[in-house]
Amino acid sequence: MGLVVSCRVVPWPRASTGFAFGHMSGTIKPILSAENLRVEYRPTSRKGGGPKVALNGLTLAVYPGEVFGFLGPNGAGKTTTMNVLLGFTPPTSGRATIFGSDVRDPSSRQRIGYLPELTYYYKFLTAFELLRFYAKIFGIPAAQREQRIEEAIQLVELGAAARRPIRTYSKGMQQRVGIAQALINNPDLLILDEPTSGLDPIGRMEVRRLIQRLKKEGKTVFFSSHELGEVETVCDRVAILFQGELKALGPIASLMSPGETSLEQAFLRIIGFTPNEESACPISPLSLAS
Amino acid sequence: MSHISAVASVVILEMIRRKDVYVLLFLTALITLALGAVNFFGDPKIARYLKEVCLALIWVSSLVIAVFTAARQIPSEKESRTLFPLLAKPISRAQVMLGKFLGCWLACAASLAAFYVFFAILSATREGQWPVANYVQAYWLHCLFCGLVASLTLLGSVWFTAVSSNATIILAFVGAMLVLGRHLHKVAMKTGGLAGNLLDVGYYALPHLEWFDVRDLIIHNWPRIDWDVIAKDTLYAFAYGGCFLALACWRFRRYAIH
Ligand SMILES: Nc1ncnc2c1ncn2[C@@H]1O[C@H](COP(=O)(O)OP(=O)(O)O)[C@@H](O)[C@H]1O
Ligand SMILES: [Mg+2]
Repeated sequence: MGLVVSCRVVPWPRASTGFAFGHMSGTIKPILSAENLRVEYRPTSRKGGGPKVALNGLTLAVYPGEVFGFLGPNGAGKTTTMNVLLGFTPPTSGRATIFGSDVRDPSSRQRIGYLPELTYYYKFLTAFELLRFYAKIFGIPAAQREQRIEEAIQLVELGAAARRPIRTYSKGMQQRVGIAQALINNPDLLILDEPTSGLDPIGRMEVRRLIQRLKKEGKTVFFSSHELGEVETVCDRVAILFQGELKALGPIASLMSPGETSLEQAFLRIIGFTPNEESACPISPLSLAS
Repeated sequence: MSHISAVASVVILEMIRRKDVYVLLFLTALITLALGAVNFFGDPKIARYLKEVCLALIWVSSLVIAVFTAARQIPSEKESRTLFPLLAKPISRAQVMLGKFLGCWLACAASLAAFYVFFAILSATREGQWPVANYVQAYWLHCLFCGLVASLTLLGSVWFTAVSSNATIILAFVGAMLVLGRHLHKVAMKTGGLAGNLLDVGYYALPHLEWFDVRDLIIHNWPRIDWDVIAKDTLYAFAYGGCFLALACWRFRRYAIH
């Protein structure tokens, strides 16, 4: 086939990136790290052959204060990675830590805000009750709880709807509830699984602004996406995942070859997509609608 | 503990906002009152007969509430994907399981309280008596029964994938224990051989749910049970319920969620 996909992994932090932590090179501990993660799913049908390898030898680290874009076409293994990081799915092999503790330890999730890819919350609760429930689980003292909830509701502009059952919400409103619950504990690390998928242009812009604002507040954001345009504007570093394998990692500029003008061009080259040879790539990385 | 009670409160809120418990309570009241209105030839036994029917309805309702509330908890969280944001919080799976149990148990206890108040009023209007201690004993044992059933159902819900198969198996098992439980030993003696031994193992190992069914105590207004017997029953229920929950937590911890 002659399809050679090189893996360019740029070490981090690098002085040349000009990122704020350059002076501490080598001493910063990652906030999130994955070492040699492998995830196999059991075949769904009896005759369906061997296990499906969703993730193969993924190693990456995310450092405090950075916005990290986790890119890949549909089915690349982004959600699977996040499921491992949050302790939902045990890895077949490898190890993942968050804030230095193993992801199987519930306390590793105390300072995380997580937005799932599909937002479904208890439909019989109001947004207010849902946030109160999660706030209790985070152990937010009763004295601060109500204020924290009000702030979160204001931030996502739910307004009076927050007192209505979630059953009555539109999709966009449910996404807002999702963002509010991800921020309720004032987390240091946000894990957002395709936060803009299914949103209209205004919603997308709002999410982008939110990520930028979180970065300003010194938070770390790890988010997956296939909207390359917006990744370009907010990310410090990106990783490109394809068919369960890490294909590139580093600041956006370092991934571009001479002559390339956009992240999209670099992305397509890195995952080995050539528009003319249809057989070169089994799934079109641009079949983006999920 | 705050994690467990938070999960439990959501279970209870859901139960309050669903209508099924009200329907069961309403149906029980309706059937009992309708029967009460039909006074067969001024039969003096009608009061006892009514109480019997009412209690049977209460037992069936409580079993349905306990089994179906507990059976859907984990599967519906999984299916509607609400488990993802929940488990992304600093809460262990054991805490989720225990919270689900506590919520189911309290929800059962609360609805049972409503049923028993109805029963007490019905029987007071017919017989003019308030044997409060008997009611308390019957209610408490009934609550223990619901707790045992709920913990067993939660265990089943992380074992069998379909809610319906879990509920059917539990209902069949509970029904069989209520009817046959106390006779297992006698049957075992008669059967003999390997089958007899197996039945005997069942007699000693299976939870004797029928011990918690003291309907006769309040149908016939028998003298109340010794409190130390109630205490022993309580310990028995806690031991079995604890085992079921421990197994359920263990199984749930090893559950891959995707
Ligand atoms: N529960 C599952 N069972 C079997 N295969 C799965 C399961 N979840 C995901 N996969 C497969 O693993 C691969 C990665 O999926 P996913 O992590 O959801 O990709 P992404 O989020 O990047 O779109 C896909 O090929 C998908 O079909
Ligand atoms: Mg995904």
